[in-house]
Amino acid sequence: MAKHHITTTINGEEAEYLCEPQETLLDVLRDQVGLTGTKEGCSSGDCGACSVMLDGRLVCSCLVLGVEAGGKSVETIEGMADGEDLHPLQQKFLEEAALQCGFCTPGVLIAAKALLDTNNNPTETEVRYWLAGNLCRCTGYDKIIRAVMDTAADMRGA
Amino acid sequence: MNEQPKQFKWVGTRAIRPDGVDKVTGRAMYGADLSLPGMVEGKVVRSPHAHARIISIDTSKAEALNGVTAVITAADMPVADSKPVASGEAMINFKDLANNVLAREKALYEGQAVAAVAAKTADIAEQAAALIVVNYEVLPHVIDVMEAIKEDAPVLHDDMFTGGVKPKPEKASNVANRVEFALGDADAGFAAADLVIERQFTTEPVHQGYIEPHAVVADMNPDGKVDVFCSSQGHFMVRAFCSQLLHIEMSKIKVTAAEIGGGFGGKTTVYLEPLAIMLSRKSGRPVRMTMSREEVFRGSGATSGAAMTIKMGATKDGKITGAYAELYLQAGAFPGSPVGPAAMTAFAPYDLANVKVVGFDVVSNRQKVVAYRAPGAPISEYGVESVVDELASELGIDPIEIRSMNGAKEGTQAAYGVKFGTIGFQETLDAAKATEHFKTPLGPNQGRGVASGFWFNIGGESCAGIRINEDGSISLTEGSPDIGGSRASMALMAAETLGVDYNKIKPSVVDTDATGYHFVTGGSRVTFATGMAVVEASKAAIDELRARAAQIWDVDVEGVVWEDGHAKPASTNVGDFEPMSLAELAKVANKTGGPISGHADINAKGAGPAFGTHICDVEVDPDTGHVTVLRYTAVQDAGRAIHPGYVEGQIQGGAVQGIGWALNEEYIYDENGCLENAGFLDYRVPVASDLPMIDAIIVEVPNPTHPFGVRGVGEVPIIPPLAAVSNAVAAATGVRFNRLPLSPPTILAGIAAKK
Amino acid sequence: MRYEAPGSVDEAVKLLADANGAARILAGGTDLLVQLRAGMISPEVVVDIKNIAETEGITADGGGFCIGSTVSGAAMGEHADLCAAWPGVVEGVELIGSTQVQGRATMVGNLCNASPAADGVPALIAAGATCTIVGPKGQREVPVADIPTGPGKNSLANGEFVINVKLPARPANASDAYLRMIPRTEMDIAIVGAGVNLVLDGSGTCTEACVVLGAVGPKTITVADAAAALVGSKVDDAALAAVAAAASAAATPIDDKRGTVAYRTKVAGVLASRAATIAAERARS
Repeated sequence: MAKHHITTTINGEEAEYLCEPQETLLDVLRDQVGLTGTKEGCSSGDCGACSVMLDGRLVCSCLVLGVEAGGKSVETIEGMADGEDLHPLQQKFLEEAALQCGFCTPGVLIAAKALLDTNNNPTETEVRYWLAGNLCRCTGYDKIIRAVMDTAADMRGA
Repeated sequence: MNEQPKQFKWVGTRAIRPDGVDKVTGRAMYGADLSLPGMVEGKVVRSPHAHARIISIDTSKAEALNGVTAVITAADMPVADSKPVASGEAMINFKDLANNVLAREKALYEGQAVAAVAAKTADIAEQAAALIVVNYEVLPHVIDVMEAIKEDAPVLHDDMFTGGVKPKPEKASNVANRVEFALGDADAGFAAADLVIERQFTTEPVHQGYIEPHAVVADMNPDGKVDVFCSSQGHFMVRAFCSQLLHIEMSKIKVTAAEIGGGFGGKTTVYLEPLAIMLSRKSGRPVRMTMSREEVFRGSGATSGAAMTIKMGATKDGKITGAYAELYLQAGAFPGSPVGPAAMTAFAPYDLANVKVVGFDVVSNRQKVVAYRAPGAPISEYGVESVVDELASELGIDPIEIRSMNGAKEGTQAAYGVKFGTIGFQETLDAAKATEHFKTPLGPNQGRGVASGFWFNIGGESCAGIRINEDGSISLTEGSPDIGGSRASMALMAAETLGVDYNKIKPSVVDTDATGYHFVTGGSRVTFATGMAVVEASKAAIDELRARAAQIWDVDVEGVVWEDGHAKPASTNVGDFEPMSLAELAKVANKTGGPISGHADINAKGAGPAFGTHICDVEVDPDTGHVTVLRYTAVQDAGRAIHPGYVEGQIQGGAVQGIGWALNEEYIYDENGCLENAGFLDYRVPVASDLPMIDAIIVEVPNPTHPFGVRGVGEVPIIPPLAAVSNAVAAATGVRFNRLPLSPPTILAGIAAKK
Repeated sequence: MRYEAPGSVDEAVKLLADANGAARILAGGTDLLVQLRAGMISPEVVVDIKNIAETEGITADGGGFCIGSTVSGAAMGEHADLCAAWPGVVEGVELIGSTQVQGRATMVGNLCNASPAADGVPALIAAGATCTIVGPKGQREVPVADIPTGPGKNSLANGEFVINVKLPARPANASDAYLRMIPRTEMDIAIVGAGVNLVLDGSGTCTEACVVLGAVGPKTITVADAAAALVGSKVDDAALAAVAAAASAAATPIDDKRGTVAYRTKVAGVLASRAATIAAERARS
């Protein structure tokens, strides 16, 4: 089993790694690249904790092979803030207590950002369905949904 | 209650949590996020059978595989004594715990660990696990609680005789224990009733469903010292259990609490930790172990499925005259279901003269159940709150009114033994009744359900340290793993007590070497008990600060008071001194005796019981049986909400777990006793699109024994939803199902049967 | 396991043929990776077909559409013309998994995975879609209905794979709909699915119809009696009742962890009738 030498872009920077063909992008991010902010909750695409952007599409990194990321652009939670400046969603999640244990939070934030990047005026129903693949067992979703809606409102007002 | 100003500066604010930025940027380190140099990966071999004798285990092929560093079985583990010890909110036995961690003679459930391996990569470890040959003699199994108590049921433990009955039974059975609580004469109560309703209920086993699978890194040195980093609700529990199981002195084990990705009671015991230590000892390397989601469902957590009979009688005007409950709860493979708390809480919301509750702890071939948010209470109170609803409906009384008429209040004698002090049940009912929600009319196929819930809450051991740094900033140390924002609450209470800016305080959950013993994060105890320790430590620091000011001013310490973060002369008689701030005193600490700190190591007593009342509106599709939760309000007495945002979060999250329990969550077993839905695809926790907003209403009836009036918050909210949803479905369909979950096929069959 | 990402149809066919059954095709990967992880399959080679131009994109094709086999559900949902012409086909595909899964999952993958409960399939069959298969013996065009042959089994021969699906041109007043029953609102496997495709004339009378059920048999079930009940009707209550009765009568479900025979039988009728109602409303507007 020869390892594949992959060159890709992660959070805007060129990255290289060696991976086995069966390794997932999630495995690679966590174990090879050292970006452990992307979480493993199920490895079957059912919980969304491993959500990342792959060439501008929201995906579960557990359902992507590491080799498939070659030549593509990957965005993870570690790239969401701009230096010390948090993304408005990150800030709003803190202000509105939209996280408890915080384990689903990176995936939720990545998914919510993907929504707001294309639709800055979603309805509550749209937010709920968009985030249906991001399981949260702590919050009952209420504060998550509110924080996303409130961030969108701020973005529209800005 | 201690004299505190009514208006607080920090307590009751929605401050940003100290660990927040780490958690929204991906920096926070959870159980699986640590890598150490030379670290190897561990994997568990699990029983594919629900009940089987282990004839032999051949590990030779696995050991021979290139890259494998260690293989262990129960033979590598000391034989444990049969010794009951408090764990979370239940008693556990170390012999059972040892068997649960690694099966010795029999595998008692599918998914029970029978061996473990460590290897250079997870892939090699998996290959090695597959090379371990376990020779089983498959035995008959039993899952369902009522099947397990039958005369001819397969017996799991041939040395287990029902406890709590006299004389001791001659025959071993699956009934581990019988409990009873009584007050007055239940039969006399039924004789005095105009209406008696008796119903049978069942609930299915459910899992806590934390999103983070169990994970640990353990590193054992050749000198016998062990470092453990793990996701747990109690790193002191991990130290104690590993010490007991592996015969290692506690002082040699240092456990660091990782950030924890949810627990809900399910991380109040050990699974992987002792295995990782054993594998590390054998490998001579650090070992990381993580469970897959499938392993989480098969081999960890979960609470009881149950069957029960609830009987209640009332007069025509709604006064409840008698109550009886008979509860059967699955314990899983080893004794210790939450039948005790289920029995104690069943009728606790009510002021009743005649009550009897009997409960049975029943083993069956499922994983050993572990605490799940208010263990036992959601089950028994579901049955009781359903019958109360039916009484109200039959008697034509408003469901909140019947609860108000009969509700527990200060001075009520509960059947489980206590006489309630200041409690806020009536206040939750009044607040629920006053909501716009409760008054809003419903449409066709819609129904509204109301239910209440009670939980004791607990105190227990906690410690806190306040260290005032040279620059006036404050390091706050404690040892309660922070599962939902408790560090924010600790810092708020310290800021309030010390009179300093919240942002000057950095709270940390420190390792087992750095603070004293803490009971687990469970029982809704942390804000109460660890909070109490933080306040006491803050007061001790204040006393020291006053002493330093007294020294500088050359006056008696009694002449110095602490106000708004400053030492001040108590009166003009003391002298005319400029007040000194905490920062000023810190700056000169080296000239007044050295570092300034305060500590408290306590066993907190006087946890305040708490109550909640929920209102749920549903719509049922009469042609498919699908239930939509339209609107949900959850009212709860929090005593005092230190951080209202996280109190609301607990209420909302608990309510939604209860909604999941009511509607779709269940363990489904095949004919061989193997779990058919060990994944988030078919174990259906609620998703965002299933739910409306959850309106959380905080009522504050302060707990007189806590300096700020705190009651525990986390557990109550999972109790009312089971009956609130069920009562709403009954109102919408005209059918009382008396079983959970209310899945679409169940509802459609019920509607069809009614027609 | 090897990973190969050929750049042409011919290379892909050769890789697949050479593996002689020990190869798996990777497009969206949302089924494949789960099966790999669970140890259900252990292929010698995984052939990623996303670098093959013929599998890409959605193109208008003589009034209909040609949808490449690596087009994700999300991309289908973003194609306004496709959504307008075949809302039922698109909504079926869009029900597969979460937003994250939609970023990867493909309609053809859903078809070839051959789950009886596949949400992307009933409406596609009802639409009369065909697909283009390439393989060692060249290219062939088959109805999509011929692809699944039973749970987890498809009719593709060794070395073959699907490069696109073709949806026919639409007459006026035609539309479709897909509904499924799940216990939650998202993230579940269908307990029952129903796709309805129909054409109305200028007066609102149904002239053509196809009703296809999912999750109530080892493969989808095309309910001719339900279609017959619609044709010639104004899709009124009587016709809808007949559709429901025919669908329930045609269903041959099993009891399993997700549902019962009685439940699935009854709800097959309910969903077929509701999907017909929606399709008719769409066709009228």
